Amino acid sequence: MRLTVNGNAVDIDADPDMPLLWALRDLAGIMGPKFGCGIAACGACTVLVDGMPTRSCSIPVGYVDGAVTTIEGLADGNTLDAVQQAWIDEQVPQCGYCQSGQIMSAYALLEENPEPADDDIDQAMAGNLCRCGTYPRIRAAIKRAAAVKSRAGA
Amino acid sequence: MSRLGTITRRGFLIAAAAIAGGVAVGYYYVRAPYPNPLEDDLDSGEATFNPYVKITADNAVTVIAPRAEMGQGVSTTLAALVAEELGVGLDDISVEHGPASYAYYNSAMLAEGGPFPLFDEGMIAQTMRGAMGAAGKVLGLQATGGSSSVRDGFERMRRAGAAARHMLTAAAANALGVSANELTIRGKSILHEVSGRSVTFGAVAAAAAEIDPPSQITLKEPGEWRLLGKPQPRVDMAAKVTGAPIFGIDVHLPEMLYGTVRMSPRFGARPIETDLSRAEAMPGVVAIVPIDTTYGHGFGVIAENTWAAFQAAAAIEVEWGPADYPADDAAIEAAFKQALASGAGDILRDDGDVDAAFADAPAERVIEADYAVPFLAHACMEPMNATARLSGGVLELWSPNQVPTLTRQLCADLAGVEIESVNVHTTHLGGGFGRRGEMGFSMYATLLARHADGRPVKVTWTREEDVAHDVYRPAARGRFRARLGEDGLPVALDMRIASPSIMASVLKRTFPSISPVGPDKSIVEGSFDQPYSIADYRVGAVETPLGIPVGFWRSVGNSYNGFFHECFLDEIATAAKLDPLAMRRTLMGEHPAALKVLDRLAEISNWSAPVPAGRAKGMAFTLSFGSWVAEAVEIAETGQGIRIDKVWIVADVGRALDPAIIEAQLVSGAVFGLSSAMNQEITFADGMTEQSNFHDFDAMRINQCPQFEIAILENYHRMGGVGEIATPPAVPALANAVFALTGKRVRRLPLSNAVEFV
Ligand code: FES
Ligand code: FES
Repeated sequence: MRLTVNGNAVDIDADPDMPLLWALRDLAGIMGPKFGCGIAACGACTVLVDGMPTRSCSIPVGYVDGAVTTIEGLADGNTLDAVQQAWIDEQVPQCGYCQSGQIMSAYALLEENPEPADDDIDQAMAGNLCRCGTYPRIRAAIKRAAAVKSRAGA
Repeated sequence: MSRLGTITRRGFLIAAAAIAGGVAVGYYYVRAPYPNPLEDDLDSGEATFNPYVKITADNAVTVIAPRAEMGQGVSTTLAALVAEELGVGLDDISVEHGPASYAYYNSAMLAEGGPFPLFDEGMIAQTMRGAMGAAGKVLGLQATGGSSSVRDGFERMRRAGAAARHMLTAAAANALGVSANELTIRGKSILHEVSGRSVTFGAVAAAAAEIDPPSQITLKEPGEWRLLGKPQPRVDMAAKVTGAPIFGIDVHLPEMLYGTVRMSPRFGARPIETDLSRAEAMPGVVAIVPIDTTYGHGFGVIAENTWAAFQAAAAIEVEWGPADYPADDAAIEAAFKQALASGAGDILRDDGDVDAAFADAPAERVIEADYAVPFLAHACMEPMNATARLSGGVLELWSPNQVPTLTRQLCADLAGVEIESVNVHTTHLGGGFGRRGEMGFSMYATLLARHADGRPVKVTWTREEDVAHDVYRPAARGRFRARLGEDGLPVALDMRIASPSIMASVLKRTFPSISPVGPDKSIVEGSFDQPYSIADYRVGAVETPLGIPVGFWRSVGNSYNGFFHECFLDEIATAAKLDPLAMRRTLMGEHPAALKVLDRLAEISNWSAPVPAGRAKGMAFTLSFGSWVAEAVEIAETGQGIRIDKVWIVADVGRALDPAIIEAQLVSGAVFGLSSAMNQEITFADGMTEQSNFHDFDAMRINQCPQFEIAILENYHRMGGVGEIATPPAVPALANAVFALTGKRVRRLPLSNAVEFV
């Protein structure tokens, strides 16, 4: 079957029941989305499907009919997306394992809501677990990225 | 038992552990250096100066930070130690973990392993610290744990940087025909300012490596530091915001196969009846092999992809043997009850005469309480995994682990090769918290690799396997009593704490031929070693074998002793109508570092100001891993449950090498503790763990996360650890706040058994 991942056509020879996560990681070699729980409970595997944040561990690859964006697809060449840059500026990651998923959820939030209030951040990000407890810096980085994006758009 | 008797027994335990390592490493004199492992593996034109520095001819400088990076920022701070003395910036170098090697022994981790509180600087305590630190070297124990990495590397890695600088400068002096003291380091070059001529490190590296390292090294004074003591951009950030494949689970090799395990959910039990036919017939399955190790019995599945392996593992039909240990919570409770009634246990603190103090105590002056904490899982974000390839008599192992030399040793045995034929590649760890100081996941990958015809196999556990086969933070029970004096202050404190021995559990699965000797101080650490002066003060450890694997969980025994000790002190303060912070101030009057921590906490949390209705504050203090930490927590009743609004943390770490990383670790440690206090527990039924994934073993989410305010102090004269120190006081500070808010004294964790959180 053929997927569109980060703008590229990717041919995958997979059981259509295989979760998108494993098709990406094991068959397409795209390692950004991480495996954390397999039951849509942690957010580590978050990708965008047509812009919607999606837990790739819990959607069969055969059901995917839309463009898939993983964290590898956010940067423009060597220029990081504003969300990624804010993550560096706030020095968010600790172990880093949850951060692909956090960044994808935050990116989707800002696409939908360029000026999220704290409650909006809570709503959008509560599905992304971080065992290292980087939440205060995640919140700060989302606000920083929002400010940067709004300046760039203005 | 007398203090000296206790110490001798403890010494014997360490000796036993030393023998375990000694068998494998041979005998090394404590003062003799280990060979530099980088010498075996140099690219052409590359030179190495010591185990921490290598430089290529085209001027690429690599610093080895031989401790597991699991989020605590250790690769950045260790690299900064070398870079500071080498005279370069962090962006001039690349940082690698490096190979498994005895040269990267950790002596600081063992140095505080004796039965002495930090503030005991008497001769016996200091001698023991020296001896145990030396044991760390003799053992060649390369390990990340005990919040010890920076303390361990502080001298050694700065010396390594300074030695390399001397050698490079001497070689540059020869090359330029000038005297070494006319040269300065600029970027990765050595400049002769007078003539304007310079050479790069790379140009003189090969010659420099031939020069003898200086016998005398003078390190920079802290006032001269450019990197240390200031926040540094972490070296791993770019990789971690781009999803780079840096974790064990991301290993991707040519010809690689994928696997998983299905282990007996009853610990140590074997399969009784098995039908593999359905699983073997599933598409993508390559082989199903039995696994029999000290870590457990079960099956490994090798397949063409991870999903196929998961599916086949689930399809294995198997009946497992029975549990030969207390199989459910009621049986565990009964075992604890019996243990607590069996006697005082090993006494690790015995000030004054506790029995006499209680013999004539008037009943209205005595308070008593029983406390309980559950087993806990680590639940690292990255499930356990490892990748192994066994071909041509060489075992290559890619493993996110905290113990490379022990991993190499045990996996060599399993693969049937010499340890020299094992290469351990330590990847980044997607969380560690003590869970990855184990060898099981590496051993399973090694066993599967034996059935893969020389192809690499990446073995990934499901989250369900990860939760069902953790080495849990042990459950514990405490029975406490105090006698209050006329002024309400405690004059006698008697604590009896029952818990399984972590050391015994670890030895059983790693070196089963060695039996532990002597008390395990982790049972009472955080209670016996606190800086309170109470005339009659006794703390006893009652080892309670339960048969369930237990291990090191962020802050180890302190994780529950902080709760026990500090909630019971809060009860004393309540009974005596004393302010809990002021009472602690009085009891810790002999320790200026503790007083400054408490005073700063009172200041930043505005402790003495009245709290509005519907809100409350609690506080606690724990001295652990060499650092003095007080925390206050403010909570609010929302109508839908309790919300944690704000946490203040004051930590005296002696010397703060990177304040931004330390701040992140303090927040992280507190979130870890608060997560456990609110909701977490691992329970057992029919010998099996009842929880299985994040839906029933969850942790704090962003919407539950409080605001933090942090103060880092540097008053104490010895450097403390950082990675674990904020966890112990977070738990009792929250529980004490819950009492202040609700009047409910919750003595059994998690708090969600008694109150609700939003
Ligand atoms: S792995 Fe998909 S949500 Fe956890
Ligand atoms: S950074 Fe480690 S789990 Fe989030």
